[in-house]
Amino acid sequence: MPDILKLVDITIRFGPLVANDSISLSLGEGEVLALLGENGAGKTTLMNILFGHYVADEGHIEAFGERLPPGQPDAALNRGIGMVHQHFSLAENLSVLENITLGTESLWSMRRDRKGAREKIIGLSKRFGLVVDPDALVGDLGVGERQRVEILKALYREARILILDEPTAVLTPQEADDLFETLRTLVAGGMSVIFISHKLHEILAISDRVVVLRRGKIVAETETRDADRASLAESMVGRSVHDPKGEPMAPGDTLFELANVSLSSARGFGRLDNANLVLRRHQITGIAGVSGNGQQALASLLSGNVRPDSGAMKLFGEDVRDTSPLQMVRRGVGRIPEDRNHVGVVGEMTVWENLISESVRSVPQSNKGILDFKAIRENADRLIADYDIRCQGAQAETRLLSGGNVQKLILARVLDAQPAVILANQPARGLDVGAIAYVHGKLLEARARGAAVLLISEDLEELMALSDQIQVVFHGGLSEALDPHTVTLRQLGLMMSGQDGSGEAAITGAAS
Amino acid sequence: MRLEPREHSSTRLTLMAPVAAVFVALVLCAGLILWTGENPFTAYALLFKGSLGSRFALTETLTRATPMILTGLAAAIAFRAKLWNIGGEGQFYMGALAATWLGAGVITLPPWLMIPFLVLTGAMAGGLLLLIPVILKNKLKVDEVVTTLLLNFIVLLFVSYLLEGPLRDPMSMGWPQAAPVIDEGILPPIMAKSRVHLGLFIALAAAVLVWAVMRFTVWGYEIRAVGHNVAAAAFSGISVNRTIVLTALISGGLAGIGGVGEVAGTKGYLTLDLSPGFGYAGIAVAMLAALHPLAVVLSALFLAAIYVGADSMSRALNVPTYISDVIVAVSVLSVLVSLMLTRYRIRWR
Repeated sequence: MPDILKLVDITIRFGPLVANDSISLSLGEGEVLALLGENGAGKTTLMNILFGHYVADEGHIEAFGERLPPGQPDAALNRGIGMVHQHFSLAENLSVLENITLGTESLWSMRRDRKGAREKIIGLSKRFGLVVDPDALVGDLGVGERQRVEILKALYREARILILDEPTAVLTPQEADDLFETLRTLVAGGMSVIFISHKLHEILAISDRVVVLRRGKIVAETETRDADRASLAESMVGRSVHDPKGEPMAPGDTLFELANVSLSSARGFGRLDNANLVLRRHQITGIAGVSGNGQQALASLLSGNVRPDSGAMKLFGEDVRDTSPLQMVRRGVGRIPEDRNHVGVVGEMTVWENLISESVRSVPQSNKGILDFKAIRENADRLIADYDIRCQGAQAETRLLSGGNVQKLILARVLDAQPAVILANQPARGLDVGAIAYVHGKLLEARARGAAVLLISEDLEELMALSDQIQVVFHGGLSEALDPHTVTLRQLGLMMSGQDGSGEAAITGAAS
Repeated sequence: MRLEPREHSSTRLTLMAPVAAVFVALVLCAGLILWTGENPFTAYALLFKGSLGSRFALTETLTRATPMILTGLAAAIAFRAKLWNIGGEGQFYMGALAATWLGAGVITLPPWLMIPFLVLTGAMAGGLLLLIPVILKNKLKVDEVVTTLLLNFIVLLFVSYLLEGPLRDPMSMGWPQAAPVIDEGILPPIMAKSRVHLGLFIALAAAVLVWAVMRFTVWGYEIRAVGHNVAAAAFSGISVNRTIVLTALISGGLAGIGGVGEVAGTKGYLTLDLSPGFGYAGIAVAMLAALHPLAVVLSALFLAAIYVGADSMSRALNVPTYISDVIVAVSVLSVLVSLMLTRYRIRWR
């Protein structure tokens, strides 16, 4: 295979941080190269340099034998490099066709060749199995379809190198399989692919060669057929990591209950249809589902952001009438929010300020409205030590903390109050392997202490490993509780896409 | 060239930044003075002499700074909560109006009661005015930049109507001015043979009080949290709407006290030209102070000195008094840039 893309000694520094440390890579024609690494290892930075979003401090890039001018996304596009970002860059109010042709037409041409464009798109989507209606509005499309539009966009511009940044993060297992099928067809047609991921099983399934990045450096490079899970995981993390396991426990009393609860999407928190949920002591209930199917509604109900439109919400057997975040916290609901950086903490405030945000109105943090700095300081120092929050002390600005340490800060604030009911919304997403093990350990500790935990996650392996029961959410409906020991990933995947998995675990509510 | 975030900005850098920015602004404006054909050094020397160079100049600067400290605090506390109160001018006039209405003889109390009474009612008038846009913001998400700004003109026209009609002093011989505040309500001068009055002490006390509230109380904590990140504040259980209403009452109240001070201290009666834009100047004061309540005092003194000094300079040189507006505007812009540079560093390539 001739090399069509070469990255030579790429180095970029952000202040004292060396995000990429003299990285050299090559990509052959028709090859799938996997870039494996934890969050913050430098994968996305490297691809942004390749694509011209960042300019490297040292090193250069050659595509098809020619040097790529740095800092010019146009140049990368014109040389046939296409990128599908983790967060799609599509205009929701335009049609698929318009999104694909956007930027390819001259600003000064009076008429547009819509017919030619449509034929080309239809041709491409037939050839590579990328089914999507060219006239549909992108805002109406699901996540999987949007990803297809992104790939079509690259193909339309005649990309010969396709970069996919964490492409499966938002897909169901079935959609991921479809994507892999498409990629295989593309590669058979001569496309070269760089596949960025931190999921080992995907990389083993799709790639020809794996490059492992850690802290900005290449730490391993191997043919995929010579690699195995354990060795890849170890070179990614730099040490071996053991996931905590929970002891089997008999579930106790019901602490939180939703009975036939509905919430209209007009309220702005997503939608629920006749949802039934029971959280018991010593039990972790996992919620599986593709994001946007009602997870936000469940989390908002438990967080106190919104009240059900109909149905009963009971906490400790009593109807919850006046809900507010403050009320929920006071009654003993601990809430770990999905967006830890923007909802979980105030980045511009200090660590100690964020540690008291839920308890600031009560003794000992404050007395008659005056902050008690001594008590706050002691409490903060204790929590920083107990929860191993790595920071330059309680006075440090929270935005300077790493994702794992922000999550530890939130865990410290939430779990230190010994809540009886815990909402953990995507608690491990985007964290490195060590921090994930820490978060999981803390949730299991809370379960052992007698808390009831609602674990919302898009990572099925995480749900299977931690949950005592799993419910699938689809179009606002919640399935019956499933036993993670008997249900298969395939069944869950089918239920997540609205197809009935086992025949007996029917999806309740109106699945449209 | 590109910007790179700094890991942390040192205290020295943060303190030096505004000083350097003001210096840069004076250098830039020297170009404009040259353009008029005058020597910038002479001009700045005259400006300094006219604002701080004599006892009279100094007292005039202090008098001018008094309302600007208060409107500056009003803007600073509101902006801290990301409540964009551009209506300081209107709130200032509402305070002035309250002091005129209640202070011109309707009620007579001994001075030790009359003065606090006027200050409090003026604060209430200013605070309640800001409550209108805030309720619209909380309930209907109406942008407060527009509503607070437009309310200024409504209030000014309302004051104009009152001065032409119901509140016109019968002894004013037809001038649109209100009856003077009675002697019991007058803020006494605190320096002999000058216009500096008790309002200066009130303003200084307000600055210390606002600083202490922001730093040591749960209220201040909540105001800061709401200002930095509404979503996180609401999630952690802070009532965002209540916090914004509280902030609005304090902010409008401070601007209102500014109006009381001018009516009951500096002028003695209400006219339509009571404020040469103190409410708007407060925004510049607050920005120059980087929204820090204690820095507001220094910032207000600086702006007052520029305004007072430029008046006297323009009498001696062929430099228009508008140079003061330019200096203030350039200073604010430089401070904003310098504050950004305390958080980012520039890298050339």
